[in-house]
Amino acid sequence: MLFQQLINGLTLGGVYAIVALGYTMVYGILELINFAHGEIYMLGAYLGIIFLGIFTAIGLTEANLPLALFLTVLLAVFFCAAYGFTMEKVAYKPLRNAPRLSPLISAIGVSLFLQNYVMLTQGATDKVFPSRFGESRITIMNGEITFLQILIIAVSALIMLSLHLFRKTRWGKAMRAATQDKTMAALVGINVDGVISLTFCIGAALAAVAGVMVAAYYGLVNHFIGYVAGIKAFTAAVLGGIGSIPGAMLGGILLGLAESTGAAYLSSEYKDAYAFVILLIILLIKPSGILGRRSEEKV
Amino acid sequence: MRAGARDAELHGGDAAGKIRALFGRSPLFRSLVIGAWAGLLLLPFKNVRAALLLFMTVAAGLVLLYGARAFGRTEAWKKSAFRALLQRGARSVSPYARSSVLPVLLAVFLVVPLAVKDYYLDVLVMAGIYTLLALGLTIIVGFTGLLNLGFAAFYAVGAYAYALLNTKAGIGFWPSLPLAASAASLAGLLLAIPALRLRGDYLAIVTLGFGEILHLVLNNWDSLTNGPNGIAGIAPPSLAGFSLGALRPYYYLVLVFVILAGISVVRVKNSRIGRGWIAIRENEIAAASLGIDATKYKLLAFAAGTFWAGIAGALFAAKMRFVSPESFTFTESGLILSMVILGGLGNPYGAAAGAFLLVILPEVLRDLQLYRMLILGIGLVLLMVFRPQGLLGGRGGK
Repeated sequence: MLFQQLINGLTLGGVYAIVALGYTMVYGILELINFAHGEIYMLGAYLGIIFLGIFTAIGLTEANLPLALFLTVLLAVFFCAAYGFTMEKVAYKPLRNAPRLSPLISAIGVSLFLQNYVMLTQGATDKVFPSRFGESRITIMNGEITFLQILIIAVSALIMLSLHLFRKTRWGKAMRAATQDKTMAALVGINVDGVISLTFCIGAALAAVAGVMVAAYYGLVNHFIGYVAGIKAFTAAVLGGIGSIPGAMLGGILLGLAESTGAAYLSSEYKDAYAFVILLIILLIKPSGILGRRSEEKV
Repeated sequence: MRAGARDAELHGGDAAGKIRALFGRSPLFRSLVIGAWAGLLLLPFKNVRAALLLFMTVAAGLVLLYGARAFGRTEAWKKSAFRALLQRGARSVSPYARSSVLPVLLAVFLVVPLAVKDYYLDVLVMAGIYTLLALGLTIIVGFTGLLNLGFAAFYAVGAYAYALLNTKAGIGFWPSLPLAASAASLAGLLLAIPALRLRGDYLAIVTLGFGEILHLVLNNWDSLTNGPNGIAGIAPPSLAGFSLGALRPYYYLVLVFVILAGISVVRVKNSRIGRGWIAIRENEIAAASLGIDATKYKLLAFAAGTFWAGIAGALFAAKMRFVSPESFTFTESGLILSMVILGGLGNPYGAAAGAFLLVILPEVLRDLQLYRMLILGIGLVLLMVFRPQGLLGGRGGK
């Protein structure tokens, strides 16, 4: 029982961690809570269903499932990155020097827009993932793990690893420099606007991968999923220390584990409330999170 | 040499530079690219036809926009009589006309029930209740600059307080009203005491989480709240033996509360407390250095703002004679916040105007009902980008 919950928690946690990375990277560079990030994840889930639906219709899914899945993820990543890029250019960039409330409100606007945009174009009813796969189970220590769960955990781990490696590259270094000080970074010749766009694109691409995986895992998607998932991922980011990339990974996994064990041993009706309760407790006890650094506010 | 090569690499090669130059210079090219981009983004969600349509609309719209901008810069337009007329028109509202707006509005609202159909009156009653909410939120977000994304939770506390007091304990409207308002205020304080230690955007998330937890509790605590089915059979208020349940008396009841709230919020804004709130909004550390007890003032703002939410909730429950968790979702919080922002942060008149606009517009544009939230979303973004101070001016929080 416990082992089973650990597996479920790790699967969920991997997904939360990937979405949380998007929050934390944007926060690190702009000190902006990108409220609409959860909606990008929702777009990713829908895009997964749409493209896999097309591939199923033309028979690619039956002929070569891995290729169809790969192409689906690739297309979802491309479109989500495009949405993330556009969102930044339209709703955040003009407000970069505005009072703090302004970009937050404009983010809420983007979030409302995307939710209703998907509802209007795709219908208000739940969408079903067109293909079931990876349902064969392996039993380890009284717990069952499906192939899909292994896939999700592996992909999450791979993404975290590659993001870690990315930080050592040229653009990764530019991103870290911009996180520390945008003005100084610009003075030494870093294209800060480009770095910010790239950050949004990477965050959105990661959210897209998470969205497709969740759509496949639960099999059902509606236009509200972004809101709750966004809040949970944000909780994960804060739990680990917002602005810290390893923190987001740790926070996501911890949150996933807490949620699945909580649902199993406490009450499943309040499953969605655990994230909020954890968030409240963290913010009250240690607002800087587990791996975050404390920042002093200056006049 | 090496540094130059690096520079070129970072800023994109020659080809990218050429495209950028073209992009910057030619409005037509720019319009086409942006239109094509919008169409591409829509493509997977709809079909090719819709994407092409969006491409053409966006491109044509942008070309018109650039055209209009270019026309606005021409000498002929700057000298034209029409432009002078427009500018004179905008300036001609005299101070006398401005100061007579409120009495005229009040007179209109007093006689309106004699002239309009029940349906419109019903809409006006809802607009009044939302005005109370918007005024309450103005104190918290507008004056003090604390972003509250879970305001519907306090509205819910007020509504459920009256619903439970009335159906379970048989207490009437008037004794319940202060209780409902204090319950909402107490909830506000309970949330604010721990949450005020946090910086702005964290506070926003915590209030959001609070709203969500309350919604979950209302939905799941069946023995008290009857879960998603809600509580029915709530008594309407009565005064000196008269029932105020009918629409017209109820309209006047709500109007009285709106006037009370309006007067108190406008008066408090110019008081010592109100100035303290605004000082905190502008710069908390500077305000504290001038001897303003920031924590105390913020708590006061929360208590005062949520008080009006509690009143609005009780009025809502008594009007509907039914409450359910449905009515108090995040969408509701977002709507109230939009009203405050639309009218102008920190301007009580603006908040009232925003509430009326956002309640009445969807009723007028019935056909656009589906697109309501979509338009609201775009509107919020555009408002922040082009007119962050809101429709009726006022200064935004910092």
